[in-house]
Amino acid sequence: MKKNKTAGMRIREIRNGYLFFAPWLIGFFAFTLFPFLYSVYLSFSDVTISPTEGIKSSYVGFKWYIEALTVDPTYTISLFDTLRFIVLSTPMIVVAALLLALLLSGKYKGRTLFRAIFFFPVIIISGPVVAELLNSDAAAVINPENYVIYDFIRSLPEVISAPLLYIFDNIVLILWFSGVQVIMFLAGLQKIGLPIREAASIDGASGWQMFWKIYLPFLKPLILLNTIYTIVLLSGFASNAVNGEIVNKMKLTGRVYGYSSALSWIYFVILAALLGVSFLLLRPGKGKSIE
Amino acid sequence: MNKGFNRGLALHMRENSVRYKRKLYSGLMRLIIYFLLIGIGIVFLYPVLYMIVYSFKSLPDLVNPTIEWIPSRLYLENYRKALVVLDYGRSLMVTVIQVSLQTLLQTISCALAGYGLARHNIPYKKLWLVFVVLAFLIPSQVTLIPKYLMFNNYGLVGSPLSILLPAAFGQGVSSSVFVLVFHQFFSGYPLSFDEAARIDGAGSFRVFYKIALPICIPAVIVSLLFSFVWFWNETYLSGLLLGEDFRTLPMKLQSFVDEFNRSFGSVKGSVDKVNESIRLAATLLVVSPLLILYLVLQRQFIEGIESSGITGE
Repeated sequence: MKKNKTAGMRIREIRNGYLFFAPWLIGFFAFTLFPFLYSVYLSFSDVTISPTEGIKSSYVGFKWYIEALTVDPTYTISLFDTLRFIVLSTPMIVVAALLLALLLSGKYKGRTLFRAIFFFPVIIISGPVVAELLNSDAAAVINPENYVIYDFIRSLPEVISAPLLYIFDNIVLILWFSGVQVIMFLAGLQKIGLPIREAASIDGASGWQMFWKIYLPFLKPLILLNTIYTIVLLSGFASNAVNGEIVNKMKLTGRVYGYSSALSWIYFVILAALLGVSFLLLRPGKGKSIE
Repeated sequence: MNKGFNRGLALHMRENSVRYKRKLYSGLMRLIIYFLLIGIGIVFLYPVLYMIVYSFKSLPDLVNPTIEWIPSRLYLENYRKALVVLDYGRSLMVTVIQVSLQTLLQTISCALAGYGLARHNIPYKKLWLVFVVLAFLIPSQVTLIPKYLMFNNYGLVGSPLSILLPAAFGQGVSSSVFVLVFHQFFSGYPLSFDEAARIDGAGSFRVFYKIALPICIPAVIVSLLFSFVWFWNETYLSGLLLGEDFRTLPMKLQSFVDEFNRSFGSVKGSVDKVNESIRLAATLLVVSPLLILYLVLQRQFIEGIESSGITGE
């Protein structure tokens, strides 16, 4: 395609390319990368604001970090709550999305209707709306006290009972956060060609075997993508306790901006580690079984 | 004797029973699938149904334990109060205008960026794509404070410019997703299209909006729809940056209780207290424009994701 290009054309191509890409690149440096790096600096600084001299800052080392983790009465609690929410919900959301996608992947009447129902929370979900739902009992579909099974689960060892109870208590949120992931899995499932499925069923594969031997390996990259998407979605959600702390403590007297920046960085480092671990667990190329 | 016939009959019967079993099995499976789908569908819709029912409950209905799903009468007072507290007409207009502008700017900047990356062999292209992904992974709570300081420095805190500028430069809500979608779409059609237009004398910007954009309308639709919804629902950053006059409906919902007390609660000895029903009426009012949008454009939303190519590769 570019066999006869002269040097002049090549230069023009580069210039045009950068002209198109420039707004984004400028924006990235100004509104994302610079604030990102600047917040590191702030988190190590004692910032003072005076009407005459403007903003001044001096280096304080890890002071804010240490205070956040040892002295602050609410931060560690919020951090723990939010991380528990992310760590417990993410696998459940991804698994739920996969199961819903499998349910939707068949051919039957009303398929598009159910697909539309499973997707609609994506449209309306926002911090304040979720806060109102949790505030009322609107998200408590299953009132667990009414069911014998609840007592039964409670009597099980905690390793088993804790996640089950968690599902009961958060079923609406788990489902409401899974809309985009369902559609991505569904699109992935549709790409598994009919020939492959037919070949497998002629060879006598059961639905169970097909799921483990064909669908799952095929969907593996999507599982990784959806896991990362879910973690990013949940961690940035406005009603998270940690996100609230960061905003609320932004203007604390004597520690404006610096302290809050440290809070956001503690959170960010843990999230990055979480993303790293999920990537290592689900990374492509590991355990390749079909080619 | 008749062995052959018997065997044939047996075989026939067995075949029949296998077919019958298979039919029964698939029918049963279908039944189970419908059962699951309906059950899960109810769980999905439950909060909305609950909101609708409760938003029509008067105070006596609300505290009456025998009334759960059917209010004793259609009580509209909750909506009247919620409309007043949210300042609905004005807030709706502010929200729609701001969100539409953000959406438009974000779609343009992301389309340009995607086109620049996809159709030009520029140096460091791989690095720029890594940057695009990084921009998605850097969470807004880390950049929140410096952004606030920066806009504060320029006196832009409180002004809509503080949310429009990032959108115009491709740094709005989930911008990276749209850059990648555009990149995917723009990479997908033959280079000869552009070259033909160029030979006819079209400049490169003309090629972009006369040739490339029309081919990639689905990407434009995805970007417009999802930008609109995600900007509408974003309250974390914009709640901090926008002034009192420019607060969107979800932000109004966030401070609903305070504003309710300001509008109704101050009267001495009045029994006007905010209750669950009024709050749920307000919540429904805030999400209803989006629900209407979804009812009309449901297909475009879902097929947009399916065709976006994010699932590919």
